[in-house]
Amino acid sequence: MARRSTPEINAGSMADIAFLLLIFFLVTTTMDVDTGITRRLPPPVENPEEDIEIKERNILNVLVNKNDRLLVDGKIGSIATLKDVAKKFMIPVYPDDPNHPETELKTINLIGEIHTSKGVISLKNDRGTSYKMYIAVQNELARAFNELKDEMAQKYFGTSYNNLLNEDEIKAINEAVPVRISEAEPENIGGR
Amino acid sequence: MSKFKTKKGKGLPAINTSSLPDIIFMLLFFFMVTTVMREVTLRVKVRLPQATEVQKLEKKSLVMFIYMGPPTNTAVYGTESRIQLNDQFARVEDVPEFIAREREARNEADRNFLTTSLKVHSETKMGIVTDVKQELRKSGAFRINYSTLKNQK
Repeated sequence: MARRSTPEINAGSMADIAFLLLIFFLVTTTMDVDTGITRRLPPPVENPEEDIEIKERNILNVLVNKNDRLLVDGKIGSIATLKDVAKKFMIPVYPDDPNHPETELKTINLIGEIHTSKGVISLKNDRGTSYKMYIAVQNELARAFNELKDEMAQKYFGTSYNNLLNEDEIKAINEAVPVRISEAEPENIGGR
Repeated sequence: MSKFKTKKGKGLPAINTSSLPDIIFMLLFFFMVTTVMREVTLRVKVRLPQATEVQKLEKKSLVMFIYMGPPTNTAVYGTESRIQLNDQFARVEDVPEFIAREREARNEADRNFLTTSLKVHSETKMGIVTDVKQELRKSGAFRINYSTLKNQK
């Protein structure tokens, strides 16, 4: 018995099937990149009584209360001015001025001898503060540091901080502008 | 002149579409490989706050997520902000165990680079967030990322 050759399968609709699958994956794909503000938490304190002494002039106190109002350095502040206040505080001033934080002479690779600020920004929030406000404050502080880094990068390497490619240069800038945001141990001031 | 006439008579040849499925399949495979299916169902509402100074969160495999916000099903769970770990609601005390389990799932070398991404609803009070942060400190998960949307300003 002579075998009849099997008729060829019509592949014309293959494209349609593939399209269908393609559209399914197109719709379900989420290509969102997660973005956010990265911070490093301090290790837990061993004995809370032993406070680290930091001179008053080296601290910029930022307090946020449960009504999302700001107290910056003992005065009522606002989000709009926080960045400039923080920036002004963190710019190293030398010769020594008692109204500004102390400076420290450091020798940094690629930059050389430079005065760096010993200032610390202390952030304290209430349990009732809204997360939105907290992030806004964190963002403004980050902005202040980023601008300082940018200026430093511009001064020494002639380009903005984000455009630096050399690892050593990035490290040098990070050393020259240390990000010192200290978050106080939580305290229950205003209740939940 | 006759040259042109003969061409006109034949008309346009049909485009060969036999390789079209292959092209489509190629695209299909690309999307199949890049797709990350959402593995958790959100039980809390998370509307992220906006910020300008954001960094990209790299290495998705080294990130664990903690969600905080008001429950989506307010009729059953109320409106008070809750914590969600994996697929279910959790209490603050459950956070260290969650961290330990997540660490366990990663290989030895990567454990120190684990980042905790906090996805918190913007209207959530800081109290619960601070509690979670304290737990993270105690468990040694120091690298955190406050998840925010990038705000074009």
